[in-house]
Amino acid sequence: MNVLLWGVLPYVMVAVLVTGTIWRYRYDKFGWTTRSSELHESRLLRIGSPMFHFGLLVVVIGHVVGLVVPKSWTTAAGLSETAYHVQALVLGGIAGLSTSAGIAILIYRRRTTGPVFSATTRNDKLMYVVLVLAIVAGLSTTLLGVAGGEEHDYRVWVSPWFRSLFVFQPDIDAMAGSSPAFRIHTLIGMALFTIWPFTRLVHAFSAPVGYLFRPYIVYRSRTAGPAARPARRGWERVGSNEPR
Amino acid sequence: MKVMAQLGMVMNLDKCIGCHTCSVTCKQAWTNRAGVEYVWFNNVETRPGQGYPRRYQDQDRWRGGWVRNRRGRLTLRAGGRVHKLLSIFANPVLPNIRDYYEPWTYDYETLVDAPLGDDFPVAEPRSLLSGRPMSVEWSANWDDDLGGIPEQGELDPIVERIRRASEDKVRFEYEQAFMFYLPRICEHCLNPACVASCPSGAMYKRVEDGIVLVDQDRCRGWRMCVTGCPYKKIYFNHRTGKAEKCTFCYPRVEVGLPTVCSETCVGRLRYIGLFLYDADRVTEAASVEDEHDLYEAQLGVLLDPHDPAVVAAAHRDGIDPEWVEAAQRSPVHKLVVQYRVALPLHPEFRTMPMVWYVPPLSPVVDRLTETGHDGESAGNLFGAIDALRIPVDYLAELFTAGDPEPVTRVLRTLAAMRAFMRDVTLGREIDESIPASVGMGAEEIMEMYRLLAIAKYDERYVIPTAHVVEAHQLEEIGCSLDVDGGPGMGGPFGEASGRPAPVSVETFHALRDRQTSDTVADTSADRVNLLNWDGKGRPAGLFPPRDSR
Repeated sequence: MNVLLWGVLPYVMVAVLVTGTIWRYRYDKFGWTTRSSELHESRLLRIGSPMFHFGLLVVVIGHVVGLVVPKSWTTAAGLSETAYHVQALVLGGIAGLSTSAGIAILIYRRRTTGPVFSATTRNDKLMYVVLVLAIVAGLSTTLLGVAGGEEHDYRVWVSPWFRSLFVFQPDIDAMAGSSPAFRIHTLIGMALFTIWPFTRLVHAFSAPVGYLFRPYIVYRSRTAGPAARPARRGWERVGSNEPR
Repeated sequence: MKVMAQLGMVMNLDKCIGCHTCSVTCKQAWTNRAGVEYVWFNNVETRPGQGYPRRYQDQDRWRGGWVRNRRGRLTLRAGGRVHKLLSIFANPVLPNIRDYYEPWTYDYETLVDAPLGDDFPVAEPRSLLSGRPMSVEWSANWDDDLGGIPEQGELDPIVERIRRASEDKVRFEYEQAFMFYLPRICEHCLNPACVASCPSGAMYKRVEDGIVLVDQDRCRGWRMCVTGCPYKKIYFNHRTGKAEKCTFCYPRVEVGLPTVCSETCVGRLRYIGLFLYDADRVTEAASVEDEHDLYEAQLGVLLDPHDPAVVAAAHRDGIDPEWVEAAQRSPVHKLVVQYRVALPLHPEFRTMPMVWYVPPLSPVVDRLTETGHDGESAGNLFGAIDALRIPVDYLAELFTAGDPEPVTRVLRTLAAMRAFMRDVTLGREIDESIPASVGMGAEEIMEMYRLLAIAKYDERYVIPTAHVVEAHQLEEIGCSLDVDGGPGMGGPFGEASGRPAPVSVETFHALRDRQTSDTVADTSADRVNLLNWDGKGRPAGLFPPRDSR
């Protein structure tokens, strides 16, 4: 069971995420969008959306730091165990609360604003359920750690497992030994990444960083358009030498 | 100098009767789809009025276009790159659907399904967004023909600005009101703020003809272009989550046909042609300090296609000789640069718009005629243009960033043309001093009259086709059997059998024939395409042959 959950599933998840994203990009560029509903309602969106997204950005950075940087490095850098956990708890707590408050506002808005609700697909609803579960589970791991008094050190159990995945020698025992809350959060997280390419979440992959570096006005030639595309297979003109 | 070609349009506002045919045909062609119910790539607004979306010209609120910063450089009014990315999760100044209008339909089904009763069933309005019953309170041209002006005339941003500028109170009473229509499409600017605002780089200006387009496969729905465009001519499709805009009917223009709005304009007030411009000087011209100099600066960017140096440079920059020749015959170049009677809409947005307007003289003429004067006499008209400050100031706010001088000059030119041509038409003695008073010769003013009043299809629309090499790829694939007498024509099994000619090809030829011949167009095909029938005559094949009983 543990082998399946912590040794096989992560790779299945990655495979689905990568191939799914490539497939979506090749065959559904037109559907690759934020599908914004700001046109219908902007009062609540302007509070909820930045809270959610900026909170989430901090959460993502927190995950990367917590999972990738080994404990020995921070200790070597002179950061004590307590100091590390306090900063992780404070930053993570604030970001997590902001994210969950943001998504609460956004879901409330989506349910109560008529046009926004009717623009919500079944796909969206499923995505929201998984996303909310992932956030709630994640936040509760952080908060349970405080409430329960004893801090479960995920950097001893979860992080080594995470890093071991990349060298294809999954440290299954490490993950299996972590607390149930963390295991649940990890499972939901994997579910989220599995459905990711097939939901509107793909817009995260097109964060427009290139905008900072390109000239303001974009010129494009007509020849780059569909008119100049090579004919489809079976539609080549007589005498054309196009490779088949 | 880098020469580039730009398709431009001129609209002669004196001829616009506000019939909205352009808007309706454009909507039928481009935006009759779910998600863009509220979208009008072409709309006609009554001025004074709020426009569509409401008060779009008020850039203190909507933050569109460019501003010149303290260092003399252009920046987007809504904020630069970093600011844009930081506000990407919720665009701070996106118009709400209610700033356009909430689209609706009627519950027609009740008319048929209602049970028998004492009252007539009523089809109630239903929102197309939520499907719920709604009350219709605003639409794209709710204030058409000055509707509701006594209450809402004050909301016109331009009225507001004029009032701020002049200390004496301009009363907005019906007695004093004037009005004219302003048809608007995308301006296909030389310095487009929408393109500059797009974080994904999905919006672009076409190198060949300057048409500004949205790549639907690259648009990610960040909505910054809607804010960036000061004319609010980029729309958000709420169904697909992508931006859409006026395409200048590029599939038509590429084969030499005018845009749908131009083609169907009953007043024939639109002109389409090429400009040649110097792409290297655009930014410099758009950032001149004084807003009043923007009109002149914009003219300065346009190049004279007759100048041998320009022709040589155009050749060097890869512009087809056919296109240069089209630019030399361009009606828009004549109206904008040579006669200088067409003005840009809101040059103060610093986007270098490429749809130009011949301002209307009619408010002035109407006022004169109403007060018992001869509205066509040069002396009266010249005096009235100077005396009627309100229309002139209003036009100046629209077309020259508030500088009344160019507007007055254009109106005087139009007045001179009117007065001079009256003498010509009535066979009176010609007064050479009238054209001279606006710096034109008799010959030149008659040419201008011809272009403004009676120009035929070929003169109003000078559109070079897409390059010949590409041309075959733009056409639908024809059937090789469709030669005269071949099995493709008519077909072996009676009419309508066999393969139909591609409708675009058929329409193209029929239209060309109808528009260039003076007699009833001859449709020599056996079958009659009713879509191409102009209602005149009885083409063979329209009715089955009569029985000779």
